Amino acid sequence: MVALLWAAGRLVTNEYVFFVGYAVLQYIVLATAWNILGGYTGYVNFGTAAFFAIGAYVSVAVNKLYHPPLPWLIVIGGTASALVGLAMGYLTLKLRGVFFSISTLALAIVAQAVITNWSFVGGSSGAYVIRPRFGPFGGSYIEYLCYTMLIMAAGAVVLARGIERSKTGYGLAAIRDDEGAAEAYGVPTLRLKLLATVISGGLMGMAGAPLPFYVAYLDPPSAFNLSVAVNTIAMPLVGGTATWFGPVIGAVLLSTVQQAAMVTISSAVNLLIVGLVMVGFITLAPNGIVGILRRRRAG
Amino acid sequence: MFDPTAVLNAVAAGVLLGGFYAAIALGIAVAFGMLDIPNLAHPAFVVVGAFATWVLNTQFGIDPVIAGIILTPLFFGLGLGLYRLYEVCFERRGEAALQGLAFFFGILFITEVILVLTAGADYRSVDAPYIGASLNIFGLLLPGRMLVACAVSLLMIFGLQYYLGHSFIGRAIQAVSQDRLALRLMGVSPVKIKALAFGIAIATASVAGSLLIIVEPVEPSIGRDFIGRAFAAVVLGGMGSFNGMLLASIFLGITESIVSDMWNPSWAPAIAFGVLLPTLALRGGGLLGRKL
Repeated sequence: MVALLWAAGRLVTNEYVFFVGYAVLQYIVLATAWNILGGYTGYVNFGTAAFFAIGAYVSVAVNKLYHPPLPWLIVIGGTASALVGLAMGYLTLKLRGVFFSISTLALAIVAQAVITNWSFVGGSSGAYVIRPRFGPFGGSYIEYLCYTMLIMAAGAVVLARGIERSKTGYGLAAIRDDEGAAEAYGVPTLRLKLLATVISGGLMGMAGAPLPFYVAYLDPPSAFNLSVAVNTIAMPLVGGTATWFGPVIGAVLLSTVQQAAMVTISSAVNLLIVGLVMVGFITLAPNGIVGILRRRRAG
Repeated sequence: MFDPTAVLNAVAAGVLLGGFYAAIALGIAVAFGMLDIPNLAHPAFVVVGAFATWVLNTQFGIDPVIAGIILTPLFFGLGLGLYRLYEVCFERRGEAALQGLAFFFGILFITEVILVLTAGADYRSVDAPYIGASLNIFGLLLPGRMLVACAVSLLMIFGLQYYLGHSFIGRAIQAVSQDRLALRLMGVSPVKIKALAFGIAIATASVAGSLLIIVEPVEPSIGRDFIGRAFAAVVLGGMGSFNGMLLASIFLGITESIVSDMWNPSWAPAIAFGVLLPTLALRGGGLLGRKL
């Protein structure tokens, strides 16, 4: 399978395919990660950008110091974000849903302020990262990034599926449906919520770590861009939040529509489309595409 | 060490700033503090108000404050409509949590993008005789635009408070926030009252918007800076208490002003949250209001 993919990669001459592929795969990881805390546990995280950008900026910082190979950067970036998730969890998971969400927004803003003031990674003027021309297995570096992201996406989805069907997953669903009752039944809610936050944050950080190499120039406004948060929430909501499959559908669908729109119409309009689609689905089809399909099959 | 005049100036500026923040937070105080509707999109509506004021000011020469007041019926209608949509989709189904939040987040985003598409991403500002002028009291330099903004804001807040305490609808709104069922038993439709209340909340956005563009140049995405401050003010002050919200806003204003002047302005937006999080962790109900 791997050899086939690699051979297919050789045939593709247009680099743009890998650029788009990377974006779509990245959103699969982000959407799946978000859904672990959002869809499974019911805690809406608006601060996706924070974890994502922390992963990216830690990557920039470590790269400046040591130049390790990409997989190390991913692990380090992911760990940093996971730790931030843990810290945030301790502070905020005792709050009711709305306040948790506002706190995540707060986290994103505070993180952005911190990084904007961190001159080692370029502060507000941004950081340039030299992207190597070729990947370690032959082929361009973008192709290498794309495959790395593919592996991460596959890993994230497997993890989500695993969680969904495990005892942990049932615990999370119990929290989502009625946290008070869950606690009364002895579900270790705080511990599970923390676990979900750490996994979710860690995955987002891992997705963010290769970003500096993808864009070659990174500055806080683009790393912390609100559209990342909106997209990450829209995709599971559109696809369906109850399963691992929903975020994948949502990510693929919305990403491709966006990439197409960005090239054909304009980048502002494509954001509008995402927003409208998200609100449309929330109001009309709250269980997402997966929900619609299930209903069709049932009735 | 610290120059006393500079500190006093920072505090004074902070008080005025806080008074202005309260205008923005007022809408949240009504919608979220009283009705439990997490309207994250409110700051975006304030920015819409600011842009609308800009249009009226530059095209027709209308004074910004007047413009803000003229626009209130429009915003009231918008609030009514939005509440209808929210009520049908969420409150009836009882799933207010996850989807409701995402809904308003989506509205926030859409509003911002529409603003960018229609009015462009440039900074806009308005012109009025009190902008640019300052008042010198006891050696304190008070900018005219801040004085006007703070004054109008206080008028609006106390005016609304009076209305809520002394009119039938106002008291019905207070009732619906305290005990829905009792209100129903008294023959008043909670849905209609909530719609009116939400309409009022959005109407305050038009005035707040006009104040915003008086205070500083505005561009579409600026609303995000205020989400934190507005919610922090309402939660810190205590849900349902206007006076608490006002106090909290002034406190935030002073803190931001001092940090900006004495240390580093880019930390300012983070202040509100930096104060909010520990407060929530320690005292769930805020300073003056009902428990969460």
